[in-house]
Amino acid sequence: MTMASAPLGVVMLCHTALNRAAQVARFWLDAGCPVVIHVDRAVSAPALQGLQADIGPHPLLRFSPRHRCEWGSWQIVAATQDASAVLLDSFPEVNHVLLTSGACLPLRPVAEMVAYVQQNPQVDFIESVSVEHATWIMGGLSEERFTLHFPFNWRRQRALFDWFVEVQRKLNIRREIPRPLRPHMGSQWWCLTRATLSAMLGDPKRKRYERYFRRNWIPDESYFQTLARLHSAQIQSRSLTLVKFDRNGRPNLFYDDHLQLLRRSDCFMARKIWPDAARLYDFFLSDLAQKTPPLPPEPAKIDRYFELAEQQRREGRAGLYMQSRIPKEDSASAKTAGPYAVFSGFDHMFENFDYWLGQVSGTRAHGHLFAPQIVQFHGGAKVWHGALSNSAAIRDYNPRMFLTNLLWATRGERQCFAYGPEDNMDHEVNWFMATDPNAEINIIRGAWLLPLWRHGAVTQEVIAQIGVLQKREQDWLTVLQSRWGLAKLRVWSVADIVQNPQDTVFEAVRDSASAPALQAHGLPPLKPLDGFDQFLAQLRDQGLPTQVLKDLQV
Amino acid sequence: MFTPLPHMTNRWFEFRMRWKRRRLRLRAIAKSRELTCVRRGQWGKQDILLFCTLRNEAERIDWFLHHYRRLGVQHFIFIDNGSTDGTRETILAQPDTTVYATQASYKHARFGMDWVTWLMLRHGNGHWCVVADADELLIYPHWHSRPLSALTGWLEGERQVAMPAMMLELYPKGPLDAATCLPGADPCATLNWFDAANYTITHKPLLDCLLIQGGPRARCFFTDSPNRAPTLTKLPLIKWSWHNAWVNSTHSILPRALNRSFATCGGEQISGVLLHTKFMATVVEKSRIEKARAQHFGNAPVFDQYYDAVARAPDLWCPTSTRLEGWQQLEELGLISRGGWA
Repeated sequence: MTMASAPLGVVMLCHTALNRAAQVARFWLDAGCPVVIHVDRAVSAPALQGLQADIGPHPLLRFSPRHRCEWGSWQIVAATQDASAVLLDSFPEVNHVLLTSGACLPLRPVAEMVAYVQQNPQVDFIESVSVEHATWIMGGLSEERFTLHFPFNWRRQRALFDWFVEVQRKLNIRREIPRPLRPHMGSQWWCLTRATLSAMLGDPKRKRYERYFRRNWIPDESYFQTLARLHSAQIQSRSLTLVKFDRNGRPNLFYDDHLQLLRRSDCFMARKIWPDAARLYDFFLSDLAQKTPPLPPEPAKIDRYFELAEQQRREGRAGLYMQSRIPKEDSASAKTAGPYAVFSGFDHMFENFDYWLGQVSGTRAHGHLFAPQIVQFHGGAKVWHGALSNSAAIRDYNPRMFLTNLLWATRGERQCFAYGPEDNMDHEVNWFMATDPNAEINIIRGAWLLPLWRHGAVTQEVIAQIGVLQKREQDWLTVLQSRWGLAKLRVWSVADIVQNPQDTVFEAVRDSASAPALQAHGLPPLKPLDGFDQFLAQLRDQGLPTQVLKDLQV
Repeated sequence: MFTPLPHMTNRWFEFRMRWKRRRLRLRAIAKSRELTCVRRGQWGKQDILLFCTLRNEAERIDWFLHHYRRLGVQHFIFIDNGSTDGTRETILAQPDTTVYATQASYKHARFGMDWVTWLMLRHGNGHWCVVADADELLIYPHWHSRPLSALTGWLEGERQVAMPAMMLELYPKGPLDAATCLPGADPCATLNWFDAANYTITHKPLLDCLLIQGGPRARCFFTDSPNRAPTLTKLPLIKWSWHNAWVNSTHSILPRALNRSFATCGGEQISGVLLHTKFMATVVEKSRIEKARAQHFGNAPVFDQYYDAVARAPDLWCPTSTRLEGWQQLEELGLISRGGWA
């Protein structure tokens, strides 16, 4: 009592990792700040003695009456009230009371914090948001916290809790909020002035308010926040403690590797620290923090870091199929990692179409990736990015994942490849591409007939093969033109190309190639088609139905 | 792409697998006769245990112990299947090991899984357990700065009881027999290349697990029959309960729900990788021995071809192989994910 204390007192609510709590308490005490520790009643007597021994006797240290603080229970408020009362009564010099937990860690030197509160002697730092505007609440009720009864524990009696909320909603039960309170909520961790806190503790209607808040849900986030609006002269509605909540409404833990992030915080405290994060405790509780040059505060960077992680957990990375992400067919995210273009039949109509396509689009255009014998990667490569093999057997083992792997491994680079009925067409792949908005599919119908014609004589095998290919093309177009189709689809006939090669080809590569490149390179030369008519006539005479051949007329 | 099962089919599979699980557990208990305890250590209630079946791993065991101690494994439980190269002496000399020995057939114990299931039933209940072979090194997001206890604590908060970590096969640049690695040295210094994106994933509805295949072995040795390529799915980190039974190596487990360690809503769950250091120089010699012992795969001729191919010390490296840099790189490549563990 003889020792003069700083104007900042600290209330610590502890229940686990008591060694760390002791370390932080010593840090405050050494700097002359009075500390009142509340130890949860569930903590065993030896553990409590260990804590007391750890800190050692100190004139600025007090222990407050113990409560059993379950998550979200009234007992947390009661414990805070008792501890605050002890602090205010024992240390008359204290003007600000900082509420912390045993897992909080000071991020700045005490002197800096004391100076800060001394500059703002009248200000209460408490996040206090009116419930009508509280849209930030993670997974829970907002206004109903104040108007329903909550006799059941959310963590232990979840089913009963949910049932009782439903019943009250059905029966339209609403509790009356004691006047003149206006419900506010906010972070549990605050820093209040002596004046405000004494007014709250000495409020003539305190019994009535307590009766009301006792049946609220998570009163530790609303009791002080609501009463502060009643008693405070000046509120800065922000918490001095940095807490990042995850999607379940639990605080994210800070580990050793967060050190550089925490140094950029503009808060004075951080919660919640993993107890074994020795590097964090060593850094912030020693003079290391003062010795290293300070970093400019960038709280947005911390927010961004946690938001990105949350986004990755919730939405994942588009087009990625991996051991811990296998999206359902109807999930919202994109099916592939980036846009790609498919050309069917162009290489049969034009000389060196792949090469030309590569030139005008500036990409490495592949040949027939799904060719029956081998995967025709650009330039005849044996392996492509991500060590994708050119073995047709490996590709055909899972052709859809072959495609998604290729697109994932080459993300950032547009993929163009040839695909058509003459390839190993897989029904699943056809559907996959047809329903993928990233796909752009350009088809010259019937162009697959040209290699057969160039190959030579019309035999029975050729006729049979034509029937098969025709059927495949039909099936493919049916899939592409179905009402589920999302791919960008362009279809021409051989005759369209012959009549107007430039417009059709430029239209086909419009998204892949730039206009100047097209200007510079012009059109690839058309392969000669002399005698194709006779070939078709021959086919007709061999007995192929005319409606099949009709589409192919040049 | 994941397709959910019809409800009744799911129930039927659930029923079938329940009986399979009971059968496997009984089998494991019966196989306990084959194990003799050589050294029994002590461990605490909260400790993270590691279970490992091994045979002649002298050149790997030192780094293996070092790696997992660094991750915070508190006790190792080894099953020594007849080592003759001093591995047994090494593991007996450690302060934190329990050693069981057996001379029985690895293959007849379902490739060691009966033994592991039995020892986990006996010692693992309620513990977080790592199950890894001597050539498998577990890494996961933030593993440099956060030990396993941080990970398991977070997983408990997420109510997730198993973390997947597929095998990532490492290989050297150049012929396999040139990649010598001294005992006690980091094998990843020599074996520092891997395949980044040639893995195929199939969902197996009966076990509700994933079948991941691919990697250098599929690319080089199974080009004609990729369906026979080794399975890479693994669940090496699990909070064990005496209800559980390993089905097919640590690729899949029962009850079925434990295999569902992947997100189907479009998001990502947490995952790591097991760095597979099989392709050290000694693999060339070992593959001749293993072919003769015939303890590892079924007896299909395709595996003989595989052993022969390895015995010729091929070069698994290709121009698009990726050099191993660290977990951040693996996450960027989409092989692992932090899954919200920021």
